[in-house]
Amino acid sequence: MIKPINATMPGKSGTDAYISPMLDIDGVSVHSLAERFGTPLFVVSEKQLRRNIRMAKRAFSTRLPKVVFAWSYKTNYLDAVCRAFHQEGSWAEVVSGFEYDKALSNGVPGDHIVFNGPSKNREDLEKALKNSSLIHIDNLDELYMLVELAGELQCRPQVAVRVNLNAGTLPVWDRFGFNLENGQALDAVSKIMSFGCMDLRGLHCHIGTFILSSKAYGIAAQKLADFACDIRRLFGVAVEYIDMGGGFASKNTLKASYLVGADICPSMDDYAEEIADAFHKAPFGKGEFPALLLETGRALVDDAGFLIASVLTNKRSAQGGRYTVMDAGVNLLFTSFWYNHKISPAQLYSQHFENTTLYGPLCMNIDVVREQVSLPLLNKGDLLVVHNVGAYNMTQWMQFITLRPNIVMIEENGGTKLIREAEKFDDVTRLERL
Amino acid sequence: MKIRIKSDIALSKTGFVFNPQTGESFSLNPMGSEIFCLLRDGFSTEEVVKIITDRFDVSAHSFSTDLDDFVAMLRRYELTDEA
Repeated sequence: MIKPINATMPGKSGTDAYISPMLDIDGVSVHSLAERFGTPLFVVSEKQLRRNIRMAKRAFSTRLPKVVFAWSYKTNYLDAVCRAFHQEGSWAEVVSGFEYDKALSNGVPGDHIVFNGPSKNREDLEKALKNSSLIHIDNLDELYMLVELAGELQCRPQVAVRVNLNAGTLPVWDRFGFNLENGQALDAVSKIMSFGCMDLRGLHCHIGTFILSSKAYGIAAQKLADFACDIRRLFGVAVEYIDMGGGFASKNTLKASYLVGADICPSMDDYAEEIADAFHKAPFGKGEFPALLLETGRALVDDAGFLIASVLTNKRSAQGGRYTVMDAGVNLLFTSFWYNHKISPAQLYSQHFENTTLYGPLCMNIDVVREQVSLPLLNKGDLLVVHNVGAYNMTQWMQFITLRPNIVMIEENGGTKLIREAEKFDDVTRLERL
Repeated sequence: MKIRIKSDIALSKTGFVFNPQTGESFSLNPMGSEIFCLLRDGFSTEEVVKIITDRFDVSAHSFSTDLDDFVAMLRRYELTDEA
């Protein structure tokens, strides 16, 4: 190996740090997993999932009297993952009829399903009404449809109003729900009250995604708490819960971030402190302190997911840069479009590292998992572990060029079980017609 | 294949390489130093593969891949006459 010696300023992280190889996940050898299930292979750590939700519950429930977590299905709706969260007491938060049916099939009681999102159709709403689910109204058309359905089905919809507001973060998410500052949210509540056919149970906001400032949640919580107090004063209705949505950051590193994600990600206690502080300062009436509902997904599941991939080949660019091609690409790692995922070799290696561009296997130029990552010299067949892939990849992955791979869960007791089989040729082609 | 290392390239015992034409310096690991010396002494790449695979537990395929990469980098850094 030959390396140029450059007497330049060190980078922000100083000299290259030694990266420990990742030989096992929760005590199970990475190589044995690859041999048994093939690569690429997603691995979910049940231990880490449960550790995360328990820590989050502790952070919030030690500060507030009633806290409910609703598992964000879109973040990862593998049944094995959902059921682990439900076993830990989480409700379900869904954003489509498909996710709603999944929650029901996972045994979640209808009244423990929070139905969010901008695209609930009539059939979805009928189902949610029959099951007394909590429907978070996104727009006026949905509100009017609920009024119609309440009459037709002779039931009282249990609803919350999705509110968007300025919490000091950019971009302001004003696409979903009704704006607080310009009065849309109050208008929506007024309509609900004047129709008189549904129960306003809660208020909901979701200020954005991957929010690295915990203080933004304090601002949002204060605004929603004040809004709840206004509703109590104007209409005599005390909402039972305030849903602060999700958006808590995980330990991944955003591409635009100067610092490593794990170093700047607020802790659950940071988020909890801001929200709880705002709640405690709000002038809620006696006995009317609302429950806090949370739909955080990414922060609870991202670091429980790993992707094992095999090196296919190494190449040199026209300029001499090192290219490594592995068998997992952006078809499986949607999040590699916005994260610099941490990559670890899964075998011992020498101390010689080289800046490498890490490509996936697709015959597409966009298939770049890392533009630049310092890796040891790797041989064909060597294994790499991609970290923090538990959120969104196993739902946003694409069946594109190749088939989607196995997913295994390493159980709390150390056992390994297949939780989603790799797709086969027939799984894709049987839906086609000539 | 013969790889001609430029005659004025200096190599120290510790693997420090200096190119007096450009002022650039490089570091070689012990295996890199050994291969560099073999190439400089006129051994062909095929002969280098034979010498190394006879001495170390490495397949000819695996070592050839690494040697090709090493030679490509020597060319890239303009340490050979063919570059």
